Amino acid sequence: MIRTRRRILVLAAALATATTVAACGSDSAAPGGAAGPPQPGGTMRYGLSQAPTCSDPAQSGSNQTLYVTRQIVDSLTDQDPATGELKPWLARSWEVTPDAKVFTFHLVDGVTFSDGTPLTAESVRNTFDSIIRLGSAKAPLAASYLTNYVGTTAVDRLTARVEFSKPNAQFLQASSTTQLGILADATTGKSAEQRCLGDNIASGPFTYGSYRQDASVTLAKRAGYQWGSAVFGHRGEAYLDKIEFTVVPESGVRTGSLASGQLDAISDALPQDTPQIEATGGRVLSTANPGVPFGFQPNVTRGPLRDPAVRQALLPAIDRKQLVDTVLGPQFKPASSTLASSTPGYQDLSARLAHDPEKARGILDRAGWVPGGDGIRVKNGERLSFSVIFSQVFAGNQAIIELVQQQLRQVGVELKLDLLSLAETTARQNAKDFDSTYYNTTRADGDILRTTFGLDGRNLNARDRVPALDDALDGQLSTADTDARTALVHTAQQQALDAGLWIPTVELSQAIGASGTAQDLRFEASARLQFFDTWLSGR
Amino acid sequence: MARYLTLRVLQAAWVLWAAFTISFVVLYLLPADPISIAADGAGAGTPVDKAAIAELQARYGLDRPLWEQYWTALGHAVHGDLGHSIVTGQPVTDAIGDALPSTLGLAGLALLFATIGGVALALAATYTRRPWLRTALGALPSLGVSVPTFWTGLLLLQLFSFHWRLAPAFGGHGFSGTVLPALTLAMPIGAVIAQVLASGLASTWRQPFVDVALAKGGSRWWVQRKHVLRPASVPTFTIAGVLVGNMLAGSVVVETVFARPGVGRLTQTAVLAQDIPVVQGVVLLTSLVFVTVNLAVDLLYPLLDPRIAARSWRAAPAENTPAELGGTAEKVAIHG
Repeated sequence: MIRTRRRILVLAAALATATTVAACGSDSAAPGGAAGPPQPGGTMRYGLSQAPTCSDPAQSGSNQTLYVTRQIVDSLTDQDPATGELKPWLARSWEVTPDAKVFTFHLVDGVTFSDGTPLTAESVRNTFDSIIRLGSAKAPLAASYLTNYVGTTAVDRLTARVEFSKPNAQFLQASSTTQLGILADATTGKSAEQRCLGDNIASGPFTYGSYRQDASVTLAKRAGYQWGSAVFGHRGEAYLDKIEFTVVPESGVRTGSLASGQLDAISDALPQDTPQIEATGGRVLSTANPGVPFGFQPNVTRGPLRDPAVRQALLPAIDRKQLVDTVLGPQFKPASSTLASSTPGYQDLSARLAHDPEKARGILDRAGWVPGGDGIRVKNGERLSFSVIFSQVFAGNQAIIELVQQQLRQVGVELKLDLLSLAETTARQNAKDFDSTYYNTTRADGDILRTTFGLDGRNLNARDRVPALDDALDGQLSTADTDARTALVHTAQQQALDAGLWIPTVELSQAIGASGTAQDLRFEASARLQFFDTWLSGR
Repeated sequence: MARYLTLRVLQAAWVLWAAFTISFVVLYLLPADPISIAADGAGAGTPVDKAAIAELQARYGLDRPLWEQYWTALGHAVHGDLGHSIVTGQPVTDAIGDALPSTLGLAGLALLFATIGGVALALAATYTRRPWLRTALGALPSLGVSVPTFWTGLLLLQLFSFHWRLAPAFGGHGFSGTVLPALTLAMPIGAVIAQVLASGLASTWRQPFVDVALAKGGSRWWVQRKHVLRPASVPTFTIAGVLVGNMLAGSVVVETVFARPGVGRLTQTAVLAQDIPVVQGVVLLTSLVFVTVNLAVDLLYPLLDPRIAARSWRAAPAENTPAELGGTAEKVAIHG
């Protein structure tokens, strides 16, 4: 009896390993084809790691919020996660003027919102106008995508022309995001607070059933949905009848609930939970977040980080592969540029980031930082020591930074850890009261370099103008031509590294735990879940 | 009696006002600006327009002088309006109203378990004449207090939910969904009850009236039940305020482990996001609970031990009632 059970376990583990390996390359949960053709029906029970902050797609920021809001709203365009290319969704086609100031969208005919009202060019205008009213405090991402927004004109019933006062090339990719999803007048007419109560009306494949803040959200399939994006795997309605999101903050409880069949899929599966998930026939799906990978952003006006040579020496001093192997596991990748590898326009700069402690020591020696009595380098009486402020938004942060601390010590640099709550981190960042700050940002467009490093942004580097960098950052925003824009994004990536404005460490990955019954759980281009093609086998 | 009650109600109002004021001062002394934090979302990393922040601060009245904010908030609070959550936009009274039933159910069942378990343990430990058993039982409360609630919860889940699948692991309703979290929460509280009651029983057994009762020919069990238990339980009731505090603190952990939306979780998320209106609402709620529990305990004393009533009603109540917020077991021991 015991022997049989052990044999089954070994077999299950082997199968699970095989499917994980197969799933790694494809960004989706294709379980090796054994599950057969998709079956409609059933309720997907999903465990979120944090409560969604608001039910409004436009006000969504966190991953856990977006997992819910992405399902109820359609966007004008959709982004292919494999190629980064923009595909038709609510807009069947579009034109952009060469100066990237005017965007004209031709809408699909016959689309209705879930309250029965039709999608028109006016819906597009009302949606974008309402985001301007929400403002950048309530809808920070959506409002930043609409910077310099002049207005939207309904040219005719199904043609919407969106105009900006300055070039805004990133807007086309932004039109594919959840934040700029098109909402019905029933929702856009409401106040910011009313839009968070779980009765938002949109045209998506699912609609809100019940919404209990901090507890659970139930979504129901939209009958008659026919306008899925060109990226979706099938046409027509979604397969699932319902999706039940429950907030389960404790990771051990999420994993246990998945393994014991009380949930079908969970957010934020930790590396140490993987064996338990795989032992019960499940698997961990992962995809790398696009955007700026995790890293240290130095305040160039304080301490030893004022010295450009010190910032340059930090790049080869960090062993990124060791960070991934020791702390995170195979779903994660070492950072190889100032953009994550899944971001459109990414350029592989891993040669510049190769681990080479001798090189780091050489740079510091030449810059006059000589080892002191305790091994930490000194120059003109100043110790080569700086602190980093960070919060535990990602569970691995502290362990990663502790390992970096050891690695830097090898080349004579002292790193001091300052773990804060998210609230304190934001406050210290806004006051520019830090030597360096550690975080990452998700966005599937190279414009994230401008929001992270641009002088007109938060400028956490507290830097002055760097002509080559600033020209590239501004230039990519005014170039509608994809190739020319990619070239500028490449330049900006190199320049940010040259100026030592970001010391990259690792790329964030989403790790979703899925049971054996959850099939075709897919990530969209911004690494958030899209449940349209998902189905349940054996139910 | 009427004068006593009026005084107590005034006292309760004073405690509520103090709680409101102190929490207001503490929250506004914090360096971070709640609007910037709310606007930053999950650290979205995008710059937030200063004008938009200013507009939002105006909407929440955070741009006005501090004393004016204080008077407005206090005036509204008196009328039962606790404002809106800065993060979710939900009215604070609704947020608390949604969270309260689940926490009340949890706390009620936990108190029941803790009382049954704690009293049984204390009775057994003081009743038995076998020294080894007495030592063993006497050690259990310390164990119950020192084991982390977090660990107990995960262990119970592992066995009863993941392994035997007898109870749901999260979001549970009804008895089957509440029993595991209630047991988890009951563990440290039951341990405190057992500890205090056992020491009360032990000292009561040494009282002369016990010898009298035994001399009349009563069995040990009869004496314990009829003569010892009631006076010995007075210190246990005195620490009711502490127990309620334990319970509220424990509910933060238990509600997180068992994924129950309740007051504990609400508090945790509100504190992390510096959602000042929600934190203030919770502070007011907990002060109200403390005040009510202590009043109930004061009114219960005469039923437990007539000697206390004889003293309390005659003297000025505010000075002699044993169960003020700071009331301790020793203070009562003098009465007993």
